[in-house]
Amino acid sequence: MILDFIIGIISAGIPLAAPLLLAGLGEMFNQRAGVFNLGVEGIMLMGAFVGFLVVLIVGSPILGLLAAIAVGALMGLLMAVVSVKFKAQQGISGIGLFMLGWGLSGTLFRVYIGGVTSITGIKPFSFPLLGKIPVIGEIFFQNNILVYIAFLLVPISWYVLNKTAWGLKVRAVGTNPQAADTLGIKVERIRFQCIILGSMMAGLAGAYLTIAQTHIFADNITAGRGFIAVALVYFGRWKPVGIMWGTLLFSLAHALQRSIQVYGINFPYEIAIIIPYLLVIVVLALSYKSQLLGPVALGKPFIRGSRE
Amino acid sequence: MKKKLYSEAIYRLLIIVIAVFSALFVGAILLLIAKANPLTAYYVMFTEPLSGKFGLTEILVRAAPLMLVGLGIAISFRSGILNIGGEGQILIGAVFGAFIALTFPDLPPYILLPLVFIASFIGGAIWGGIAGWMKAYLSVNEILSTIMLNYIAFQVYMFLIRGPMIDPKEVAYGTGVPQTALLSKNAWLVRIIPASRLHAGIIIAVVLAILVYIFLWKTTIGYKLRAAGAEAKAAKYIGVNVKNYLVLAMLLSGGFAGMAGAIEVCGVHHRALESISAGYGFSGIVVALFGGLHPLGIIPASAVFGLLIVGADMMQRSVTVPASIILAIQGLIILAIVSSQIFFSNIGLKEKIMIKLKLMKSGDKDDT
Amino acid sequence: MSEIISKLEMKKITKKFPGVLACNNIDIYLKSGEILALLGENGAGKTTLMNVLFGLYQPEHGEIFINDKKVIINSPRTAFSYGIGMVHQHFMLVPNLTVLENVALGLTSKNIFKLDLNKVRKRIEEVSKEYGLSVNPDAYIWQLSVGEQQRVELIKVLCLGANLLILDEPTAALTPQETDELIVLLKQMAEKGRSVIFISHKLNEVKAVSNRVCVLRNGSLVYEGKTRKHSVATLAEKMAGREISMPALNEKSQANSPILEIKNVFAKGNMGTMALDGLSLTVSKGEIVGIAGVSGNGQKELADVINGISHIQSGKILLNSKNITNLSPQHIINKGMGYIPEDRMHEGTIPSFSVKENIIMKDYNKTPLSKKMFLQDKIIEKYSQKLISNFDIKCPDNKTSCASLSGGNVQKVILARELSRKPKMLIAAYPIRGLDLGAAEYVHEQLLEARSENIGILLISEELDELLDICDRIAVIYEGKILDILDRDIATKTKLGLLMAGIKNEKKAI
Repeated sequence: MILDFIIGIISAGIPLAAPLLLAGLGEMFNQRAGVFNLGVEGIMLMGAFVGFLVVLIVGSPILGLLAAIAVGALMGLLMAVVSVKFKAQQGISGIGLFMLGWGLSGTLFRVYIGGVTSITGIKPFSFPLLGKIPVIGEIFFQNNILVYIAFLLVPISWYVLNKTAWGLKVRAVGTNPQAADTLGIKVERIRFQCIILGSMMAGLAGAYLTIAQTHIFADNITAGRGFIAVALVYFGRWKPVGIMWGTLLFSLAHALQRSIQVYGINFPYEIAIIIPYLLVIVVLALSYKSQLLGPVALGKPFIRGSRE
Repeated sequence: MKKKLYSEAIYRLLIIVIAVFSALFVGAILLLIAKANPLTAYYVMFTEPLSGKFGLTEILVRAAPLMLVGLGIAISFRSGILNIGGEGQILIGAVFGAFIALTFPDLPPYILLPLVFIASFIGGAIWGGIAGWMKAYLSVNEILSTIMLNYIAFQVYMFLIRGPMIDPKEVAYGTGVPQTALLSKNAWLVRIIPASRLHAGIIIAVVLAILVYIFLWKTTIGYKLRAAGAEAKAAKYIGVNVKNYLVLAMLLSGGFAGMAGAIEVCGVHHRALESISAGYGFSGIVVALFGGLHPLGIIPASAVFGLLIVGADMMQRSVTVPASIILAIQGLIILAIVSSQIFFSNIGLKEKIMIKLKLMKSGDKDDT
Repeated sequence: MSEIISKLEMKKITKKFPGVLACNNIDIYLKSGEILALLGENGAGKTTLMNVLFGLYQPEHGEIFINDKKVIINSPRTAFSYGIGMVHQHFMLVPNLTVLENVALGLTSKNIFKLDLNKVRKRIEEVSKEYGLSVNPDAYIWQLSVGEQQRVELIKVLCLGANLLILDEPTAALTPQETDELIVLLKQMAEKGRSVIFISHKLNEVKAVSNRVCVLRNGSLVYEGKTRKHSVATLAEKMAGREISMPALNEKSQANSPILEIKNVFAKGNMGTMALDGLSLTVSKGEIVGIAGVSGNGQKELADVINGISHIQSGKILLNSKNITNLSPQHIINKGMGYIPEDRMHEGTIPSFSVKENIIMKDYNKTPLSKKMFLQDKIIEKYSQKLISNFDIKCPDNKTSCASLSGGNVQKVILARELSRKPKMLIAAYPIRGLDLGAAEYVHEQLLEARSENIGILLISEELDELLDICDRIAVIYEGKILDILDRDIATKTKLGLLMAGIKNEKKAI
């Protein structure tokens, strides 16, 4: 009975981690390059909506996902112009982008859809052979394809960041942009690229929620996941594997919270929902030492020849 | 010298106008995507509220909580800490205030109302103070912590008004609407204009705005708060305990948002109900930025955004664009305002543009 | 790789920043195999000029010619493509990457995916062998000492194909042995046909390593010639001389009671080394004691410990015979210490605050400026207006923010505030740095006036003329100690220059 419960939680938790992981890895590239994008929540909402709408109209989940990625790129471009070109304060511009995404997705939802509609979207499937392994198969190999993609992106991101020339430049730009500049690296361009990449992943993460997870769209469907993803980047010390563990920790807590409701344990519904958010605060409080290991130039706009 | 001040003022105005217009321009594109005619939509949004008693009073009804939240945010931003937790602080403030009003329904208004406001202030202050302490002593990013606290506050609030604090009538009739019982008349803010929702809260808000101005610019504590936010190194040198002042700033900021909750509870709805914060926590940020983080600027800024919010409602009715588009437009305004800062802080850029605009003679440096 | 630079010419280079003329019509030339020293005080324009050569800044006027062809260098990458490499004073290394990765950053800047670290490793090995510079390519930069980091910078620059090296204050943080090794290396490079531009204000090293020397002063080239033709002493004079009439000290100060006593102070600096290494000094009432020295010998730490901004490990500091060692800054302020800090914009003033609010920065919570936590507006207004007119602070009105004032006027605000508080002791760090002649004269007048009111003054400066003009005694700080103190009537630029270079009691000039 207990074993079933645990298996249930883990297998529920893994797919719940996918959107956080996608958004988190994207934000990792951002922050490694020295930019802090709090608008991820807004980008996820737009990605969720646009993806859902496209699938509703056209019927193809792939097109839906691509549309979400495109919207993410567009919003990322806006964020890049504001933070890098105009050197605006990154925290507040993130909030502005969040309000934009939230307001626009809610508005367009009411205009184009209006009520509760559902789509078929992407469904989980059982991995050939592997899915049939008892216990392990149930937990790991009966998910939808985006889950596998999200987890695959962990080693891919690691490779890109640590083994490619571009990744080297990103790491340099986030720590000592002046040095990178003297070596001919275009700091602003790298930052633009990272912001747009991160936003594309955030758009995809949002679309996951509507196309693969719930198959409907509702106002504020992300419920703070974008912000949680940003916090997880600190927790994971800006490393892909660390972020992965962070998202798993989260999603397990989330799965636990849901099953509390399902199993009818006598615990107030609202208090259970608080658990993930409280966990973020605890995690942030405990991560304060790691801030010293983070990208040193995080949040500071780059001005060539600044004598600071 | 006077000419220099004058041309600075013109430059400032020009940049802000361009910023706001850019935001509205992109907003027009969004309106088009939302299947609306931007010109009609904007026309309704900006003019209809001004056309009748209902519109005008509603603008001030909205302005009151916006002003309070905006004042709190101005205090926090000027002290060097970004309070995004307005939504949560309003809710906690509202529920603390409602609790006091429901527990002591028979106290006379001149005792009960101040108590309610104090309770709301304390509730919001605690909620903000948590984030302030974590920033000061644990270097926790305050934007993330206040946002998490928003989500937590919402659940706590809903739990309370669905559960222990629910209106007994709702339980009796089995309707289960999440709201508290109606507060006794002793906790109602007087309606200033009959047959409208305009209540004394607007007067309270304006009075508080003036008090905040006096506090920040005319007291020694205000001086220290602003110094800590403006230049921590110099502030430390002259003896300001920067950490403690960060916490103080968040206590005050949260407290003001809490009072916005009290105003909504006592002035508008007369009970605590589900959507009492109505996005004021976020709109307050735009109001604060638009008002230049100065109380005397926040007073008109709240009226402007009150206009936009009421206008959006009216627009929803006549042009059938959902009012939530105003949230997106506010986001665009924030982006525009923060993007415009570079035109003030980068002196080289500013000089180049002012010369181009012939506001300044090239090489006009009378005191270099 | 680029062709060897056999001839470099910079003609009539002018570079302006808002309010400052950093380089004024400068001409420099260099041939392959030469080591050119660029000499001058802080702010003379040496680094700016080299940043122009390296492509970090664009000059308003002037042209650069390489091998008689005009070139436009608009970015560091372009500079590298011409074979120009620069090792900056603050190393351009990424601390959390390895040596190998730091060098690779420059070599793979055109690639996106391919990161051929092995190729980079081979190149590093080649260069290491050629010049005898050894580094561990897999070490992280943060693990390396300053000397090792500099070696990495040199290797990096050589790997990127530089044959003209610009070195900005390369020996600033090196030990004497590391300095000697560097000098040997540079001479080796020159023999192989490379050219070097060596920015420094350490006269001894300039003498030891360079063939030719250019002296910059206040943005202009004041002298250019062969190094061996001049002694260290004459070079010092050319570097620091200034032809203006500054208010000069007329009467000798009375031998007065001491007001500030610094006794055998040891204090750690940022690098973990002892920045103050047994420093002792006494300043008497009504006298101006100058601290001469090349920047980086402990001046900043001295100002910090006197004012309570950082702590000392051992020793004592007394103000008016009361122990102020390790007290908080406000305590020290309250005991009568005044401070005109080096960092005007972050420590001396709150730039976004108005002139009025900056004037009351230290006394805002004392009567009569405030009563029971309320600022007394009318009194503050009168007070600030009085100070603005007394000190002739030029601002549109007292509500203008300090950020929009010129350097001279910001300094006047600080002076006005500090002097009108009638301190017992005043520390002035680089008070005329970056100011024009008029403002500088004004500052000195005020300091002399304070002296006549029996205030003790400690003046930290790099400008020998300033010190010779108004100080009663001049102490020279070198590596955290006071090397010697010269009385006004026997101090000369030559003597001071030698002391600043660490040379005490030379019988005859080199």
